[in-house]
Amino acid sequence: MSQKTVDTSGLSCPQPLMMVREALEESKDEFEAIIDTEVARENIARFLENEDVYFEIEPEGDNYIFHITP
Amino acid sequence: MDNRKFIILSGGIIGVLAAVLVYLGNPDNMGICMACFYRDISGGLGLHRADIVQNLRPEIVGFVLGGFVLAKSRGELKPRAGSNPLLRFLLGAFMAIGALVFLGCPWRLILRLSGGDLTALGGLFGYIAGIYVGVFFLRKGFSLGRAHYDPGPAGGYIIPLIFVGVIVLRLANPEFIFLSEAGPGSQFAPVSAALLTGLVVGGLAQRSRICTAGAVRDMFLIGDNHLLNGVVMIFLLALAGNLVLGQFNLGFVDQPVAHNEFIWNFLGMVIVGITAVMLGGCPLRQTILASEGDMDAGLVVFGLIVGAAFSHNFGLAGSPEGVAFNGRLATVLILLTTLIIGVVNICWSRK
Repeated sequence: MSQKTVDTSGLSCPQPLMMVREALEESKDEFEAIIDTEVARENIARFLENEDVYFEIEPEGDNYIFHITP
Repeated sequence: MDNRKFIILSGGIIGVLAAVLVYLGNPDNMGICMACFYRDISGGLGLHRADIVQNLRPEIVGFVLGGFVLAKSRGELKPRAGSNPLLRFLLGAFMAIGALVFLGCPWRLILRLSGGDLTALGGLFGYIAGIYVGVFFLRKGFSLGRAHYDPGPAGGYIIPLIFVGVIVLRLANPEFIFLSEAGPGSQFAPVSAALLTGLVVGGLAQRSRICTAGAVRDMFLIGDNHLLNGVVMIFLLALAGNLVLGQFNLGFVDQPVAHNEFIWNFLGMVIVGITAVMLGGCPLRQTILASEGDMDAGLVVFGLIVGAAFSHNFGLAGSPEGVAFNGRLATVLILLTTLIIGVVNICWSRK
């Protein structure tokens, strides 16, 4: 089963967060998000915590992979 | 300390420092102003010849180097480029021109209010309105596209080194560098104080990610007040500082480096609000991003400098007497152009 990946690399604030929010709104399936800056990592983590959405962060090279379970 | 507390602390420290810079000699209600300072740097370099606003402001050098040192030490110096650079340059120029019609960037807007300058209210409403429009564009799909991380490590050092050059020129003061002998450009805190304050503010701004545009934008977009908390703290502590230091003057009349033409204060800051959301940050945030190796933000910084130069060369900037015809025309044309850029981008990104 292929899991959806939301790639936010290289995008300006607040697009990474908007993309993650859109993915949450579209479906209840688990998905991954590629986040490439500390700033985005912080504010997406804060957003998901506020929304009570379970997630795990896996560092991968210079990026972070968010495993999000709506 | 968690991020929520840190941004509140940062905002408070920045507010106090801004009030102190005025006490030490900066123009009134201008402890921190990105538009004014880039305009002054533009003048210092001779890019415009308005002789009352020429000064290679060390504060900006401090913001850049403070941001750079923090980014480097935390592994956040990541050279990247390629996200619509020329358009970002243009939007930066528009941002500067809009801000100079109001006679301040969003930071000075906050500081003017903290000094009792109620003429800034028109600008506040305009900034919020502009951000609302920008958020509308974002929701419809506005995007300047992706940057890429392949420019190589040297890219992260260009902006910091250029601003090291600026402070060297300020200190050496060769005859081809300008420094005002009258007017706001001649009013400045001691260079060492300005530089040191800039370093502290730059470091705090980098670590806290504080951004005046994000503060309003995130309330509209996701109802998150994290950035707003920091910005409100800037206002509160600058207000406290101004009251303690005797720098508070409440009213609409005779406000320093300000005019009371509501509609032009409003529209000038609408431009700043829309462009800030399109670019992903207010002028200070763009400066910090540039100091971290975001070369597209580096171009926004150059756009601010060039826009400020044209603002004075073409007579577009406001003055305490108000906004002249050129400035009014430019404001309307730039606002329309910015809206068109937004609409075209959205239509294109839908294909």
